[in-house]
Amino acid sequence: MQIEQFSYDNKTVKWFAFATMLWGIVGMLVGLWIAIAMYYPPLNLGFAPTTFGRMRPVHTNAVIFAFVGNGIFMGVYYSLQRLCKARMFSDLLSKIHFWGWQLIILSAALTLWTGHTTGKEYAELEWPIDIAITLVWVVFGINMFGTILKRRESHLYVAIWFYIATWVTVAMLHIVNSFELPVSILKSYSWYAGVQDALVQWWYGHNAVAFFLTTPYLGLMYYFLPKAANRPVYSYRLSIIHFWALIFMYIWAGPHHLLYTALPDWAQSLGVVFSVMLIAPSWGGMLNGLFTLRGAWDKVREEPVLKFLVVAITCYGMATFEGPMLSLKSVNAIAHFSDWIIAHVHVGALGWNGFLTFGVLYWLIPRMYNTQLYSKKLAGTHFWIGTIGIILYAIPMYWAGFTQSMMWKQFTEEGQLKFQFLETVTHIIPMYVSRSIGGTLYLTGALIMVYNLYKTMAAGSFVANEEAEAAPLPKVIPVHGKEHWHRWVEKRPVQMLVFSFIAVAIGGILEMVPTFLIKSNIPTISSVKPYTPLELQGRDIYVREGCYTCHSQMIRPFRDEVARYGEYSKAGEFVYDHPFQWGSKRTGPDLAREGGKYPDSWHFNHMMDPQSMSPGSIMPSYPWLYENNIDTSSTPAKIRAMQTLGVPYEEGYANKANADLMNQANGIRVSLKMEKLETAKDKEIVALIAYLQRLGKDIKGEQTAQK
Amino acid sequence: MKFINYLESIAGVSIYGLGSLLIFSVLFLGILVWTFKADKKLIEEISRIPLDNNNPTHS
Ligand code: HEC
Repeated sequence: MQIEQFSYDNKTVKWFAFATMLWGIVGMLVGLWIAIAMYYPPLNLGFAPTTFGRMRPVHTNAVIFAFVGNGIFMGVYYSLQRLCKARMFSDLLSKIHFWGWQLIILSAALTLWTGHTTGKEYAELEWPIDIAITLVWVVFGINMFGTILKRRESHLYVAIWFYIATWVTVAMLHIVNSFELPVSILKSYSWYAGVQDALVQWWYGHNAVAFFLTTPYLGLMYYFLPKAANRPVYSYRLSIIHFWALIFMYIWAGPHHLLYTALPDWAQSLGVVFSVMLIAPSWGGMLNGLFTLRGAWDKVREEPVLKFLVVAITCYGMATFEGPMLSLKSVNAIAHFSDWIIAHVHVGALGWNGFLTFGVLYWLIPRMYNTQLYSKKLAGTHFWIGTIGIILYAIPMYWAGFTQSMMWKQFTEEGQLKFQFLETVTHIIPMYVSRSIGGTLYLTGALIMVYNLYKTMAAGSFVANEEAEAAPLPKVIPVHGKEHWHRWVEKRPVQMLVFSFIAVAIGGILEMVPTFLIKSNIPTISSVKPYTPLELQGRDIYVREGCYTCHSQMIRPFRDEVARYGEYSKAGEFVYDHPFQWGSKRTGPDLAREGGKYPDSWHFNHMMDPQSMSPGSIMPSYPWLYENNIDTSSTPAKIRAMQTLGVPYEEGYANKANADLMNQANGIRVSLKMEKLETAKDKEIVALIAYLQRLGKDIKGEQTAQK
Repeated sequence: MKFINYLESIAGVSIYGLGSLLIFSVLFLGILVWTFKADKKLIEEISRIPLDNNNPTHS
């Protein structure tokens, strides 16, 4: 058969590698910054873009979509070409993909810093960027499928399955979760409200972890681990089962983020069962990875790439053991809303994603530059600093989470809550300090890597197009062993995968349908009324400033939470919440029933200088709210948008809304004035106070509340 | 225009949850069977694709 000559495109891989390093460092720096701001609030700088609530989404988005995202593309563009024995389908699409993704990252950073956010964790980007992501993702898909179709290798190696699953599922998640109604060029409201919004969001959120942070990286593991160890994976059969079991189960696990919330019980239980089952395939995958190195541990000691991969795979095992545990209701009752989750996430992010990325970088760069790694010793140093960094990060956070959660739950003998909320915060400050030391070490390690790789590149010469040769696919695929029905599948891998994923998509959506449907899932509470225009504007400020990154609005039905915050939250209370703001972390107290707890003047002073009202508070101050005017020009459009989404404002209310807004604002101004606090009625702080004073009031003292 | 209204009109919706669970289980079992019945030589050949020398006889 005629052997064909062709070349692999290393240039795109190189660019993605550079972007991975750059955004990795940026993302970690922002993370370190806010880690310090947690115990040293002046670092918020009294400047909106640098406050915790805005920096935290920048950090998470940078690390997930910029660092890991570029890492995925780097690894996929390298391995897919070699696994298919074909150059990427189109150099132009590769280019569009690369630059498109970087533009998205830039605009994401800019909009998040300037407070343009949907307020849904890990999906904060506003609608124009959502559309751009969809387009770039499609470009990536065409490029990938095009390459698969023109491959010179008849079999699709399991890594490619992981890539395809990633592509299809992320596309589906992104589109479903991004249903939003634009109000202006950079503002939209989630199409869903309250419980439904929460369900969709965490179905997305969990599967984003599964299909953005896990499956593509497993694909990379199944390619780069055998490569680096120069031996096939321990059990290829196990890898296939690993793949299908993950795809099959992950889709159902999302509700474990919403245990004890107002989400219907059946959905919670389904989430728990599937989450617990997930441990089997995850550990199968981990063992498959580690067993690949059996009898080669001497190599691991020598080779930095393998060291990083071993720790990465171990962390994958730890995180996927812990995940199912955290889904158990009794464990979740303690861990949820606490720093425990932060620890869990960082074992995954720093250990699994970070170390795997480092391993791949150390492996790729010398090869693409046709040289040796500049210094194995420095790589070894990076490895140790990074590992110690992870430990110093994770252990204090576990400790902090557990301790604080226990303190929340303690009662005195007289049946009073033993600790004020703030006491439980100041108690764990030392843990926060240690966490930031761990983060500093980890970042230092990453910088050492960048230096090491820079020196490597300087010493080598880049091979932009790597020559290769292979025979084209035969028209008739040779029979292996005895004739078998799997031959049908063999010949049609793409069709088979597409069909399977249609099934996955249907399954995922159907899981949610019942929640949307059964009216009794969300008992309506007649006293729950839409927000007033002023409250709505205040709520948008709450979303803009990212208060949800520190405050929950979801009182779980536990004795301590009811004692601390009031009557537990009901599904029917959130029917007008586009988007929901339940939050996932209680750095500050729950605000679901904040309304009426303090006078307006308390909030006025507290938002200006939290330490003045709550000595020792770590909440940032918000001085600009006292200068910015409420954007009343947006009120009619916002009301109309809410009407479109089904919020029952009376016909034509949009045009009267601002009059009501001014009226209510004036009331607050007067109440402040009585406490000798001066403000104009059209300042943003007034709207925010109105919103805070409304929270949870609808059913305060209501005995008729259902469920 | 409210989102849930579109779905409310689907009759007997509870069957969907059960149905999709079934689709998944059948799919997954099928794959398990396939994986274990697949030819050993084929599996070994595929598992060597990432390696530069992917001909098992030369290893
Ligand atoms: C860095 C995390 C953080 C952010 C961001 C944050 N807070 Fe806080 N918040 C706290 C902490 C900690 C407390 C408890 C100490 C105190 O009262 O200041 C608190 C307390 C509060 C309280 C008093 C609750 C009570 O019942 O005692 C209110 C109200 C409040 N925050 C509102 C907000 C609003 C509104 C925003 C956004 C503009 C916000 N917070 C952003 C951490 C945060």
